[in-house]
Amino acid sequence: MAGYSDPGFDTLALHAGAAPDPSTGARAVPIHLTTSFVFESTDQAAALFNLERPGHVYSRISNPTNAVLEQRVAALEGGISAITTASGQAALHLTIATLMGAGSHIVASTALYGGSHNLLHYTLSRFGIHTTFVPPGDLDAWKAAVQPNTKLFFGETVGNPGLDVLDIPDISAIAHEAGVPLLVDSTLTSPWLIKPFEHGADLVYHSATKFLSGHGTVVGGVVVDGGCFDWDKSGKFAELSQAYEGFHNMVFSEESTVGAFLLRARREGLRDFGACMSPHTAWLILQGIETLPLRMARHMENTAKVVEFLAAHPLVSRVGHPMLESHPSHALAQKLLPRGAGSVFSFDIKGSRAQGQKFIETLQVFSHLANVGDCRSLVIHPASTTHFRMSDEALVASGIGPGTIRLSIGLEDPADLIDDLKKALKAAEKAGA
Amino acid sequence: MQISVQDHALYAYTGGKDFNPAQPTAVFIHGVLNDHSVWILQTRYLAHHGWNVLAIDLPGHGKSAGQPPQSVEEAADTVVALLDTLQIEKAALIGHSFGSLIALEATARDAAVHPGRVSHLVMVGTAYPMRVSPALLDLSVSAPFKAIDMVNTFSHSTLAPPPSALGPGTWLVGASKALMRRVLASNTQVNVFHTGFLACDSYSGGEAAMPQVTCPTLFVLGSADQMTPPKAAQSLINLCAKPQVVKLPAGHSLMTEAPEGVLQALKDFLKP
Repeated sequence: MAGYSDPGFDTLALHAGAAPDPSTGARAVPIHLTTSFVFESTDQAAALFNLERPGHVYSRISNPTNAVLEQRVAALEGGISAITTASGQAALHLTIATLMGAGSHIVASTALYGGSHNLLHYTLSRFGIHTTFVPPGDLDAWKAAVQPNTKLFFGETVGNPGLDVLDIPDISAIAHEAGVPLLVDSTLTSPWLIKPFEHGADLVYHSATKFLSGHGTVVGGVVVDGGCFDWDKSGKFAELSQAYEGFHNMVFSEESTVGAFLLRARREGLRDFGACMSPHTAWLILQGIETLPLRMARHMENTAKVVEFLAAHPLVSRVGHPMLESHPSHALAQKLLPRGAGSVFSFDIKGSRAQGQKFIETLQVFSHLANVGDCRSLVIHPASTTHFRMSDEALVASGIGPGTIRLSIGLEDPADLIDDLKKALKAAEKAGA
Repeated sequence: MQISVQDHALYAYTGGKDFNPAQPTAVFIHGVLNDHSVWILQTRYLAHHGWNVLAIDLPGHGKSAGQPPQSVEEAADTVVALLDTLQIEKAALIGHSFGSLIALEATARDAAVHPGRVSHLVMVGTAYPMRVSPALLDLSVSAPFKAIDMVNTFSHSTLAPPPSALGPGTWLVGASKALMRRVLASNTQVNVFHTGFLACDSYSGGEAAMPQVTCPTLFVLGSADQMTPPKAAQSLINLCAKPQVVKLPAGHSLMTEAPEGVLQALKDFLKP
């Protein structure tokens, strides 16, 4: 690390958090598949439990393999530290459960992944945490939704399903004026496309299942703290700024001026809710991150070619990608996401549900499944799968048409992807004749 | 805890324990643009093993009120005033970087009035003189965030630090940058980055102070420290009556890059 510059992104993607194993010389990160770690003495055991000394106790709380992944993601995001979790949903839940309890309120974007919407709208309301949903681009709506008990603003870097780009600088400014942090789901963009902390976000999480892993092999999540939000100054977070009986009467914001959130999240949330990540999963995600810069570049190159092809096709009525000038977030995407707004997007086929189904069934290279961010190209027809029970009218109200197709562009030869789409569009056209 | 010292509220982290007059006291003094939290992995342990811990935020920094010290001597007077205020009979003074010079000067000044009150002096990541380059001094004013980046690049020696204060998974470079930005923002009147650097750069009392120190003195140095390389501490070691030197494989951020090594060195040195 000599010199004025910090290591670049590509170097951090390979090296952050990892050094040759001192006991064996192993260069790759070892997988520490162990539940627990032997104490040197009773004094050391007590000191580890009381946070007097650093180290590992039990793999639900921390593990050396997971720690490498946590350091690496924190480094790539420009954060202070991270916690790996069983899934992206577990990361979202851990974040919310650390910051608030019954009687609290969240302001969230309407443009969210369905699972996140379910958690906020249905599940958390059973536990007394309520959410007001606002259109992500309506800054006045964010302001107006703030209540005295609001504890968090929440949105996705590019929202589901229309790829509305979150105006992180302006929305974080509104959040900070209200004395609350902005949490951003950066799953679809990864730190290669945007580092939300640089634009004002306070907390970032990923479903690491997607681009960070990149290979469609494991489910996992990670939450990162940028270390900028002042929990004491806000005055709204007794959970972090007052003594906590559940952990030695610790005042987390005294113990760590910048890391109170993660301190409590690990010592309470991981301990009590237990949604930890397996070290084997952590290792596979690390393998993925090592090639994240290479993969993301190829994802974006392929996406640009596919979007260009679809936008010019006569059977396609709409392509919802911010790289197109017609997209409502085009200007914001150019400002915040100069490398591209991701490789997951939707487009509409002119035609019926049946034509949409025919399109899907004809595809050979694209895999029909419910995931995104794989190295393989993926496709799903929301009207016949995730949104099957909705009427055509209800679909339209959700921004989904009967012919809407969602693609996740992978790393295959782009000519093969375009050829596959071309054949499927032809089959769909015939099905409507 | 907040203590009224020199008519201002001074914050001191106590490691989760109440102050016990029957115990010896260890005062921890942070470096430029840091606060008490850089010592967490040493202070919390000592607080639970027979010591009163007072890890202060220097005046005008973090949770402490008052004007930030303009010089090492001014800061040393605050430390002595803290000992007086709490009527402490025995204290170890432990400082890092800028804080190490403050601890040295405070030990020397206190010896003149209260001989033997300071029982141990620990200088972590120290150098004398502690020159700051004119370019960095300028940058701390004109582009403090850039200067923070530069200082942190030079203060860390590894991309794979051991488990640290926030637990395993802490990215020390990011955590240190965030802390420095927070401390800078904690004082809206004075640029405590620049003030601290000026105080380090202008301190010329080392040759006079060290011979006044009669208590055992521990130098904890980082073998990969680019900010205060071990050889830069030699002039003080040569003047020291009872020097002990521990070198650890770490950069300037010794307390976080080598938390166990620093703690072990302190435990061994502070043994009654």
